[in-house]
Amino acid sequence: MIKGEHYRSRWWHRWGEETFSAYLYLLPSLLVFGAFVFFPLIFSFYASLTRWNLPYKPIFTGLENYRYLFTDEIGSRDFFFAIRNSFYYALGVPLNMLISLLVALFLNQRLRGVGIFRTAFFLPTITSTVAISVVWMWIYHPADYGLANTILLELGLSPLRWLRDPALAMPGLIVMGIWHGMGYNIIIFLAGLQNIPHHLFEAAEIDGAGVWAQFRKVTWPLLGPTTFYIVVIGVINSLKAFAQMDVMTQGGPLGATTTITYFLYQEAFERYTMGRASAVACVLFALLLLLTVIQFKVAGSRVHYE
Amino acid sequence: MVSQAGAVTRTNLWQSKRARKMAFAAFWYILLGLTAVMVMMPYLWMVSSSLKDTGELFTYPPTWMPQVLRFQNYVDAWNAAPFGRYFFNSVVVAAAVTVGQLVTCSLAAFAFARMNFKGKNLMFTIFISTTMISTQVTVVPSYLVLKELQWLDKYQGLIVPFLANAFGVFMLRQYFMTIPRDLEDAARLDGCGRMRFLWAVVLPLSRPVLAAQALFAFMGNWNSYLWPLVVTTSERMRTLQIGLRYFVSQEGGTQWGLFMAATVFVSLPVVVFYFVIQRSFVEGIASTGLKGV
Repeated sequence: MIKGEHYRSRWWHRWGEETFSAYLYLLPSLLVFGAFVFFPLIFSFYASLTRWNLPYKPIFTGLENYRYLFTDEIGSRDFFFAIRNSFYYALGVPLNMLISLLVALFLNQRLRGVGIFRTAFFLPTITSTVAISVVWMWIYHPADYGLANTILLELGLSPLRWLRDPALAMPGLIVMGIWHGMGYNIIIFLAGLQNIPHHLFEAAEIDGAGVWAQFRKVTWPLLGPTTFYIVVIGVINSLKAFAQMDVMTQGGPLGATTTITYFLYQEAFERYTMGRASAVACVLFALLLLLTVIQFKVAGSRVHYE
Repeated sequence: MVSQAGAVTRTNLWQSKRARKMAFAAFWYILLGLTAVMVMMPYLWMVSSSLKDTGELFTYPPTWMPQVLRFQNYVDAWNAAPFGRYFFNSVVVAAAVTVGQLVTCSLAAFAFARMNFKGKNLMFTIFISTTMISTQVTVVPSYLVLKELQWLDKYQGLIVPFLANAFGVFMLRQYFMTIPRDLEDAARLDGCGRMRFLWAVVLPLSRPVLAAQALFAFMGNWNSYLWPLVVTTSERMRTLQIGLRYFVSQEGGTQWGLFMAATVFVSLPVVVFYFVIQRSFVEGIASTGLKGV
């Protein structure tokens, strides 16, 4: 008996006390995560199964919201259009990746004063989306004196209506998005480039490989995981994009820039249909989860060359 | 004779190689310079437009250098909406979130880095899994939670949901793990408790990573949009970003000189901040792959 007590007190001393304290250290974070991440997540699954039009109480309706979003004539038209718009916006991601890679290759040269350029390229990334959106609204001003139209006129082309034109609003947002997101990609690419062992380039050069061959056979394959990361994170961020649509186009014209996140916002905070908005949130969550899992799986199985 | 010829060839080769190198450098500089100018153009346009009077703003062809510098735009913009109040709100919220996150992240990171406890792996997985769940997904139920708590349009509604950050925990944990075990044992022998060890030894040693984390938290919060847009209903609770958005939409979209001036002073603090601590910021992103919250 004495032996048992001794054992127990030693257990408390070695594990119990430490476990107890450790959870105390985790407690503040756990409370916040519980209240503002996990509870809302579970709650939105439930809310997505209700008709909940504020200020009325929720009524359980089963899968009605999903039926509306996926098979209803009007509902599915709007919802699929929003999903299409989101992926349309994400078309900027590979383009952004290519431009960023090119700039990162420039910046990776051992040249004097490269730091200044790096600063310049990174500036848009730290500027808030709202501020940038306001500046680009002015650039895309549909009159002749809008900067974008001035450039077109200088080139002898006719001015465009940019954000007011359903066919051009999204491309306009994509161009701005590339400009905004480049800096982040460039820094990730530069880190990736600096991780490539230098002796590989030396070996390639000895074997007579030119600049292009070195890029194709050494740089590009070794940057594979970085490139993949940039593309997946880029698509995730495209799906989450909201501020620029809200500030510049309010989802228009004719819904051309109503992406899935903007659609969710409209359902919840313009129409106050919380149940339907929650169903949209659940679909968005599934999409984001899928992309994150792909990223983790591929990152886990990444090829090691060394 | 033979050796002389050899020397000549070597000099030519050296010269041509040097020339080639210089041509190469010039080519890079020109390419980089051109792209950098293109990237900076919207900023130049913003500043230039912010100093023009209405007449000059709406003339074609536009000018890059305003004929008369109209600094009055800045005064007018500042007075056209309660920007002082917006500034105050943004500073209060971003500062509170930053300090709060440093506390909660340090505590949790310390537990993960330096303690053995039951369910550690499970807890870590739970923490990391929160990074997959973004504001966009939880905004509706979070809004309903705040409504129940009557925290809508209040500082706590803007602050409390962001007082935990798994990225921050992860970043600090990686750093805390590098502190030698011997240091802890020595402190223990001297009768130093865990909390004091964290406060007196670990945190002072972790200044660089704490600074980087503070920076990410502050900038991420300063620039955040969706949550403050949803939570604030009255004008006096708006943060700068929300204030700027309403300023632009309410003025009917014509006062471009004032809009550009407002955009300059909304984005300036972060830009200045960035120039001051650029290096640690860039290194932080390169090593963790994350920006902001």
